[in-house]
Amino acid sequence: MKSIGNTLKRQVRKLGKTSAQTMGAGTDARTENTRRVEDIRMGGAGNQAKTNGNRRYHVLKVLFRKETAEFINSRRMILFVILTALITVSGFYAAVSGLAESIKNGNTATDFLFLKLFTVSANSIPSYNSLMALMGPFIGIFMGFDAINSERTEGTLNRLVSQPLYRDQIIISKFLAGLFISAVMVFASGLLIGSVGVITTGLIPTGEEIARLFIYLCFCVIYIGFWLAMAILFSTVCRHAATSALACIAVWLFCAIFVSLLAGIIADALYPVGGGDMQAMLNEMKNYSCELNLNRISPYYLFAEAASTVLNPGVRTINAVTIAQLSGAISSNLSLGQSLLLVWPHLTGLAALMLAVFAISYVSFMRQEIRSR
Amino acid sequence: MGASVKKEFFGEKQLSGEELSQKEISEKGEKAEKAAVEPMAVMERERVPQDKNSDNIVVIHTESLTKTYGDLTAVDHLNLEIRKGEVFGLLGPNGAGKTTTTLMLLGLTEPDEGKAMIQGLDCTRNALEVKKAVGYLPDNVGFYGTMTGRENLRFMGRINGLDGKELEERINSLLERVGMTQAADKKTSTYSRGMRQRLGIADVLMKDPDIIIMDEPTLGIDPEGIRELMWLIRDLAERDGRTILLSSHQLYQVQRVCDRMGIFVKGKMVACGTLEELGQQISRDGVGTVELSVYPDNVSLQRILKEIKGILDIEKNSDMYVIHSAFDIRRALSKKLTEEGYTIMHLRQAGSDLDEIYRKYFEKAGEKVG
Repeated sequence: MKSIGNTLKRQVRKLGKTSAQTMGAGTDARTENTRRVEDIRMGGAGNQAKTNGNRRYHVLKVLFRKETAEFINSRRMILFVILTALITVSGFYAAVSGLAESIKNGNTATDFLFLKLFTVSANSIPSYNSLMALMGPFIGIFMGFDAINSERTEGTLNRLVSQPLYRDQIIISKFLAGLFISAVMVFASGLLIGSVGVITTGLIPTGEEIARLFIYLCFCVIYIGFWLAMAILFSTVCRHAATSALACIAVWLFCAIFVSLLAGIIADALYPVGGGDMQAMLNEMKNYSCELNLNRISPYYLFAEAASTVLNPGVRTINAVTIAQLSGAISSNLSLGQSLLLVWPHLTGLAALMLAVFAISYVSFMRQEIRSR
Repeated sequence: MGASVKKEFFGEKQLSGEELSQKEISEKGEKAEKAAVEPMAVMERERVPQDKNSDNIVVIHTESLTKTYGDLTAVDHLNLEIRKGEVFGLLGPNGAGKTTTTLMLLGLTEPDEGKAMIQGLDCTRNALEVKKAVGYLPDNVGFYGTMTGRENLRFMGRINGLDGKELEERINSLLERVGMTQAADKKTSTYSRGMRQRLGIADVLMKDPDIIIMDEPTLGIDPEGIRELMWLIRDLAERDGRTILLSSHQLYQVQRVCDRMGIFVKGKMVACGTLEELGQQISRDGVGTVELSVYPDNVSLQRILKEIKGILDIEKNSDMYVIHSAFDIRRALSKKLTEEGYTIMHLRQAGSDLDEIYRKYFEKAGEKVG
């Protein structure tokens, strides 16, 4: 009975196709119309063929599932887990060992102590936040550096593009899958620190602290997303996975180390200070602002600045402030809304960078000709 | 269980195919007549026996299809017509533009000029619809190594909108059909090339395509594997009524399996037709090759042969002369040799097998191009 039903459906579909073919001789507009009619008819007949929008979503879902499953089953996943675990454990260790010390020394204010779990560093071990700023890019690069070119060299990409799907679905699904996995990892590690921190230190987080932590973790995901997009871009442009991995690491080193060096040099060249004359004193402020703004080109700096603002309500300003501006200010913590206002440009900037880089890789992928390996 | 499923599945396909063709003939008959503007196309159509009407439907059609990469013209004003249920071989050396042609047919590459149509759909503008109807087996097909063969097929099936029981049934029947049931649950990274090729065919059949395009399907497979593959290709065309376009530079295999073939040199199709037609065309075009062996085989023989008009080239292989000429010289040859007192031991017009046809077309194309 079921097979008869299937046969009927198949025939209906075939007939639809045939009529579309016949009309193909006419103008394109007519063909389009015919197809639309065909779609409606298919829907009416209860055919399993999905409407266009549904089908698009369905294919994206299938691709997304495959990408996620493939990554989780790959050997790379083990390294990925180890890397995240290292960040988590050393960050947590730094916080627990450093926290008591810094409170005793009076270096740290005692409010919002729970958030200090993420920002306090011990003598030689950096805090979770700075570890994330430094190593987060690796997570992104790790997941994306061979996204496109490995499929190309394996010979699966040309098989994939010859399926009835839109080509952009391939790259979008890769990006989304990477973002999803890194989000799971980041939230897992952040919440792990939080919960283990509650047990070991006995600190109870307030609602605001939880909100700040949540925002911070979202920030981390966007930050990693930027590096993921960067890695996918290189994987689209470079033919070999090794080349794209090296290119990604080069960009990462540049952002983490060289941008700050260059920013200092450029700022000094534009606004010389230390001459001892009047101009040098006037330049002081401009020099600092210039260096700061140049530093903010680097997503590394952007993230570190925003993260420390979100995690530390005591940060009241992120730009250079004169003493005159500070006079009369009450020394207290910023509310969550005010902190967010302070880093809103960072958030949008980082998200825009991520999307811009992804857009470039998207365009270059769409324009590429995909041949066999 | 598996066999009955398979039978049902493919039987169903045939049924709908037959009914469809009846409709298509009545609807498309007129259109097909009009479309045949080129005299060559008309000629070809007339040769087809009238009782095999379904063969008349042109499913793949290109019109002065051109693609250039910089200075290189990969495909040069290609006109091609492939009919339903036909196995068509695209022959040519590496870099002749075969792959580029298949990519344009799939809408993966935009042509610079002309157009390609599959089942009346423009391959560039309706790429998605075309890809639903066309299965593509690329040269040196690859799979996701971390997944098993079955999982790879399942993934492709899902992309094509299959799910649940129907999907699993089709996977099983296809695995059985290509003889991969045993290895289905091993990771594809462990597969040999022949296994990958067979899984590739199952993968192509997942979407139940009307048309299959195969790029160098026989490359790197052992002779037994090739034999099985060829049998499978014929079976796909004859039993399921699918149209198959395969490109290759391995002539013997193509010769065995194809109904018609086109010879491709430097982006141009220099000849097209059945094997016999190609042979006839060659002798019409005045390039002939004669194998000759005479007694006595002495020095003055070469001098005498050279006196005969129309001989282009003489090669000597052990006791046999291979003489290339501009036209049929057998009569003149035998007359002359008899006059000179030689005894002809062997005289044969060569050129009926594909290898020779192929070579001649290359020689001809080489002369034309440069």
